Amino acid sequence: MILRYTFQRLLMLIPVSFSISVVIFMIVYLLPGDPIDNLLRVGSSAEDRAELVARYGLDRSLFVQYFVWIGNMFRGEFGDAIVLRRPVADLVAQNLPYSLTLGGLAFLFSSTVGMALGTISAIVRQPVLDRLMRGFILLGSTVPGFWLALLLILFFSVNLGWFPVSGAGGWQALVLPVLTIGFGGVALVARVTRVALLDAQREDFVTLLHAKGLSSGTILFRHLMPHALLPVVTILALRIGWILGGAVTVEFVFGRPGLGSLLIRALGQRDYPVVQACLLMLALAVMLGTLIGDVAQAAMDPRIREKKS
Amino acid sequence: MASRSLDAFARMSIGRAFASGVGMVAGGFLILLVLVAIFAPWIAPFDYAAQNLMNANAAPGWPHLLGTDEFGRDVLSRVIHGARTSLSVSATAIAISMAAGMTLGAAAGYFGGFFERAVMTIVDLTWSFPDILIALIFVAIIGPGLTSTTFAIAIAYLAQFTRLTRAQIVRLKRETFIEATINLGAKPSHILLKHLMPNAIAPVIVVGMLAIGDGIVLEATLGFFGLGAQPPTPSWGAMMSSGTAQLFLSPWVIIFPGLAVAVTVIAVNLFGDELIRALDIRDRLRGA
Repeated sequence: MILRYTFQRLLMLIPVSFSISVVIFMIVYLLPGDPIDNLLRVGSSAEDRAELVARYGLDRSLFVQYFVWIGNMFRGEFGDAIVLRRPVADLVAQNLPYSLTLGGLAFLFSSTVGMALGTISAIVRQPVLDRLMRGFILLGSTVPGFWLALLLILFFSVNLGWFPVSGAGGWQALVLPVLTIGFGGVALVARVTRVALLDAQREDFVTLLHAKGLSSGTILFRHLMPHALLPVVTILALRIGWILGGAVTVEFVFGRPGLGSLLIRALGQRDYPVVQACLLMLALAVMLGTLIGDVAQAAMDPRIREKKS
Repeated sequence: MASRSLDAFARMSIGRAFASGVGMVAGGFLILLVLVAIFAPWIAPFDYAAQNLMNANAAPGWPHLLGTDEFGRDVLSRVIHGARTSLSVSATAIAISMAAGMTLGAAAGYFGGFFERAVMTIVDLTWSFPDILIALIFVAIIGPGLTSTTFAIAIAYLAQFTRLTRAQIVRLKRETFIEATINLGAKPSHILLKHLMPNAIAPVIVVGMLAIGDGIVLEATLGFFGLGAQPPTPSWGAMMSSGTAQLFLSPWVIIFPGLAVAVTVIAVNLFGDELIRALDIRDRLRGA
């Protein structure tokens, strides 16, 4: 059942990724000026130009060019970076692990810490805690990520000297970036967990479990948690794209290597082969993340599987 | 008739949104901010572009209340003028996005069929993408600057307005009074403009108001990346971008524009929440 659902969702990705890749492919053509000039560094020789035209089939129709381009992308041949003068594939391979580490840790941080805080506040039942969480959610969704990052640098790195200001050396360099991205997520996950647990506690079967004499701890972890997990997984699945967006900003601020900072630098320098490769990778990451989230949700809730298949 | 009662209803609700404590503070702040943006040249104590290298990176004090930046420009004056850039870019972008989204969404919801499926496929495509990524793709196409920032923000939020409007129209189409109007032989344009839209518009306007806050953050982020407002145009994001180099020397260059963004967006969100409560449309915002 779940395999079939996964397969269906994978099929749905084909038109989506096709459309996205067409948009990204068209970037070079929609720019003012000759697309070949946009892909060549200034002062390139006529041979360089001829070589590029031959490699991308630039003398053929746009339709053919797209398929040549996407074929190259599939084989990992992203072309050469104009400004950095290196194969784009190398740049991507070098930067991708940093982005994955940062995104993965931020995801882990917001899910585990968020769920733990939510569970605690559901047990303690202090309205103050709930109001505090609401405040943090508001802050997390309104305060620009890069500003929060700068304030954290100012406080923890400059004043206290606990963490490095920028760079990617050692685990210390990861603390502030992960905190910045995870900040809003923790509060959101905590609140959803809390509400889900409190809702589940009102179910009849919980009263029965209490009547049977089970301990509160057993009821919470064995019976309530599985119930509460579904909305949490839903919100986490929605959060994946958000975390990737946050990673783009945060990498740039902390001067960390990564796809996001590579993309922004390339945009500023109009290094279009790099821009295209980065956008394609990020779009793929968002789509895969959403897919994993959807499948996880369907695995837990048969209603979703049935509705869609 | 329909539009007059809508006006009265809207005025009443906005009044009610202001009535609560939070609504009054947030709404009052926003009105003040709009006035500051409009009268920026008269309010700002200094010329926002006037450089004074002898007095660069001066700490907050007198006469530069919020200090000066690396060129000795007055931070307060630049924050005041930045309000102009941020508010006008975000409001223009959201207005474009709303107009396009409402048209697309209403047409999709009303006519249905292949057109609806085509529109919604494209809209759902952009829906799962973070707004910053959509904006960056767009900036990649038309290059950095305020115009492309405006359109990038408009595109980034188009899906939201299209989905919401469509959901309203689909829900309203099932109502008895619409069926009655159709049976009376009214033209589709008449039904859409006179009967469906006036009833569908309230949630869209509230979401638009909230989106202006998101648009300000997005504008600041693009500005911070150096892809939005270009120097010497004062913009909250661009100010922080040039300030990062002097983070240790003059943190106020970063703190105050960021504070301006944060406080504005929080006020927009709080006031939007009050509006949702006053209009009693929380249910209608779900499921879209």
